[in-house]
Amino acid sequence: MNSINQSGWKPEMGNAGDTAPATYTGNKALMLEEALIFEIGTAGTTGVDLADAPQVASRLGNLERHRDIGLPGLSEPETVRHYTRLSRQNYAIDLGFFPLGSCTMKHNPRLNEKVARMAGFADVHPLQPVETVQGAFAVIHELAHWLVTLTGMKAVAMSPKAGAHGELCGILAIRAALTARGDARSVILCPESAHGTNPATAAFAGYAVENIPATSEGRVDLAALKARLGPDVAGVMITNPNTCGLFERDMREISDAVHAAGGYVYCDGANFNAIVGRVRPGDLGVDAMHINLHKTFSTPHGGGGPGSGPVVLSEALAPYAPLPFVDKDKDHYRLVEEETAGEHHGSSFGRMVAFHGQMGMFTRALSYIMSHGADGLRQVAEDAVLNANYILRSLEDVLEAPFAHSGPCMHEALFSDNGLAEGFSTLDIAKGLIDEGYHPMTVYFPLVVHGAMLVEPTETESKATLDQFIGALGRVAERAKAGDPSLKSAPHYAPRRRLDETQAARKPVLVWREPEQAVAAE
Amino acid sequence: MRYLPLTPSDRQAMLGVIGAKSIDDLFCDVPAAARLDGPIRGLPNHASEMAVERHFSELARQNMTASHHPFFLGAGAYKHHVPASVDHIIQRGEFLTAYTPYQPEIAQGTLQMLFEFQTQVARLFGCDVANASMYDGSTACWEAIGMAGRITKRTKALLSSGLHPHYVSVAKTMAQYTGDTLDTSLPELSAQTDSARLLAAIDGETSCVVVQYPDILGRIEDLSVIAAKAHAHGALLIAVVTEPVALGAIKAPGDMGADIVVGEGQSLGVGLQFGGPYVGLFACKEKFVRQMPGRLCGETVDAQGKRGFVLTLSTREQHIRREKATSNICTNSGLCALAFSVHLTLLGEKGLRGLAQLNHALAVQAADRLSQIPGVALVNDSFFNEFTLKLPKEARPVVRALADRKILGGVSLGRLYPNADALSNGLLVAVTETATSADVETFAVALQEILA
Repeated sequence: MNSINQSGWKPEMGNAGDTAPATYTGNKALMLEEALIFEIGTAGTTGVDLADAPQVASRLGNLERHRDIGLPGLSEPETVRHYTRLSRQNYAIDLGFFPLGSCTMKHNPRLNEKVARMAGFADVHPLQPVETVQGAFAVIHELAHWLVTLTGMKAVAMSPKAGAHGELCGILAIRAALTARGDARSVILCPESAHGTNPATAAFAGYAVENIPATSEGRVDLAALKARLGPDVAGVMITNPNTCGLFERDMREISDAVHAAGGYVYCDGANFNAIVGRVRPGDLGVDAMHINLHKTFSTPHGGGGPGSGPVVLSEALAPYAPLPFVDKDKDHYRLVEEETAGEHHGSSFGRMVAFHGQMGMFTRALSYIMSHGADGLRQVAEDAVLNANYILRSLEDVLEAPFAHSGPCMHEALFSDNGLAEGFSTLDIAKGLIDEGYHPMTVYFPLVVHGAMLVEPTETESKATLDQFIGALGRVAERAKAGDPSLKSAPHYAPRRRLDETQAARKPVLVWREPEQAVAAE
Repeated sequence: MRYLPLTPSDRQAMLGVIGAKSIDDLFCDVPAAARLDGPIRGLPNHASEMAVERHFSELARQNMTASHHPFFLGAGAYKHHVPASVDHIIQRGEFLTAYTPYQPEIAQGTLQMLFEFQTQVARLFGCDVANASMYDGSTACWEAIGMAGRITKRTKALLSSGLHPHYVSVAKTMAQYTGDTLDTSLPELSAQTDSARLLAAIDGETSCVVVQYPDILGRIEDLSVIAAKAHAHGALLIAVVTEPVALGAIKAPGDMGADIVVGEGQSLGVGLQFGGPYVGLFACKEKFVRQMPGRLCGETVDAQGKRGFVLTLSTREQHIRREKATSNICTNSGLCALAFSVHLTLLGEKGLRGLAQLNHALAVQAADRLSQIPGVALVNDSFFNEFTLKLPKEARPVVRALADRKILGGVSLGRLYPNADALSNGLLVAVTETATSADVETFAVALQEILA
């Protein structure tokens, strides 16, 4: 691990260092600071030319707004420059390797952006007469067909807006199914390694949440789970592959045991990318699973959304699916809304969102799925798993990999902070990676591993990229093990040094105020 | 397989490093019975970029687009002109392909944008603080009802009959599980809202009153009376704004006493997109900030004292608080928030006010023209850019007949309230800056013919 760079290219390591003169602006060549719009814009500036409004007598119910809103405007060139400058302070998958475990930061194909912007999808209103939007319903229906076929499930609810919203959909379907048979149950079981959204979702739906213990291998403890099952358990929420990057070998037995005890199986599908085209969750006894279209099916994360979380459902839960949904009669698509609920789907648990879900994500995901096809999606899973195992085996001698003995990993490799020098932590490794030009891996998750580092490379990275990353992470890890003090103050080369999160939380400043107002507020 | 960089020889070399004979060895933990031995049957194999594009073009052509036809739909989703630079900016890879800003040192672009967005939303709504977005208006609305319950420790929510029926449905779905009781009723085809019903019903058990502004029929009313009564009984006022452009012309709900203001941000920057993705707006009084759902961006300093931004107050959130979180929301609507913020920055105070004025004036002219048609009556006394017409017959088939003439002539109340006969003659008409006077005339002539 002494070699700096494993990928073939060797950047110049020259450093202007302290000899560089200060600049008048404070900017440094392409490193440009940018003020807030409130500091550079004015109320009288606008970047939009509008027609003059015809003179009419106002009918605003005597509620005209007289007070200033306080919205600064910028001209178009200033606007483009403001946001372009801001954009350059962001790391992104377009820019480099982004191995954020459990988040599946894969390449976002630009074809998807192009088709989503076709006027026939982007410029139609959700409440147009159904006859005028048959092509839009066809997209939803085609994507739904792919999702149920790839998962081996009975039906899919398309409207959930993101993964956590999909979890809620699945849990509400479980609760509706239990209510329908007059079976009030009160507990949902989740492994400790679960995403935080799982217990938060179950609690929202009115369930008490209990932890399922894990084995030393990093998997669900089947015996403990079986021992806990009973007439009060509504279901389990299992992530598979799990957040330790391992396939839950006993999934079928888990499902059978839960079903035998009268409960249902929710599968968190955040990690479906590892198995798409190779394993169908329906074959493992799953009753409901959300699919993050922004993970497995490449729709962009956009700096925190929008996502999309369709939920596939088993035969047992399908009748309780939320409204609305798209149905097909011969060649005609129709939308089943509340109005026809009585006729066709009286047991639906209701509506989760206004309108029909994330159409803009459906077009992108379908474009990606068609591009890969059945054969390509299988290759996606294989390459994602191959890349993760390559990272695991290349680094297991450098960083402790607590479950490396448990067999191959799936789509992500998990390491712990065991063996770092006194006073050095996972956070230091993450910040050191920033200086090396990488977005850090997921840190401190899952909670079951001390100082967890979860590396998910995805299938869209080349071997050369992985080799360079392995070299870089290895070198940063060696520095952390050797107690290199400069690592404690990393990152040194990012647009900002470490930020004071304690101050941010203790005295929250959530909106910009005029300087004198800000003082007055203190 | 153009998105996959590994070559067959890469794969062989990597398997060698791993010590596996074949890729199947890596899937050894999958039970044999669940392992598929080849691509799933019945699905097509990979397709070229050209083939995929062609397929989507064919489907897109089957849809009647808003920009190419006289268009008057609203009801929670509005067609406004979105400046070209908005879409350019949101397609910059540094915004488009970034993740939630968990590593703030290399996410200042997204974080500063969110801080600006929060400030814009708070000011527009007349509130102290706003969050970094929700999924959409309907989910923001039920999150607000839940938040009011946490604050007041009460479970009875009073919903105005002028609240969007989809929002009511979403709240009803969620109330089944949270134990909240919702007091709802259907709107009437009248210039009067049901504020008298709400005022009479507020009592010491009420957690919140939820009022849409302007409401589903387009009516605008002063919220301060309801706010005063709610506050006198220890309840909160939640205002719901589905058309934020209106707030360039009319008073902000926060300035009339609303405690929580939520909304749908679609009409700025985002576009119609057949219903999603949209962007939920969520603002409130500062004292309630620790009960808010969703991400919050806050200002701080870095180790060298430079101003910077971070996600903050995360002890409210699921990834820290798990089953005790204020919400299960994780991914929100970041890129749509960017689109909203860029559009609002381009407009500025002057542009937003001008745009609002233009929308209102065109809507007034259209309302006058359409209500001249024999048998057609304007329901509203007050409205912004959307109003309700009472037709002499059921509106739903009229909307279909208009579509046959290539006119997208509003949303029938029969579509929104399928089982309410008293509303079935109602037609919601939205008129924005995108509607030309020729469009209005075409619409009016066709409507008159269809009704004749």
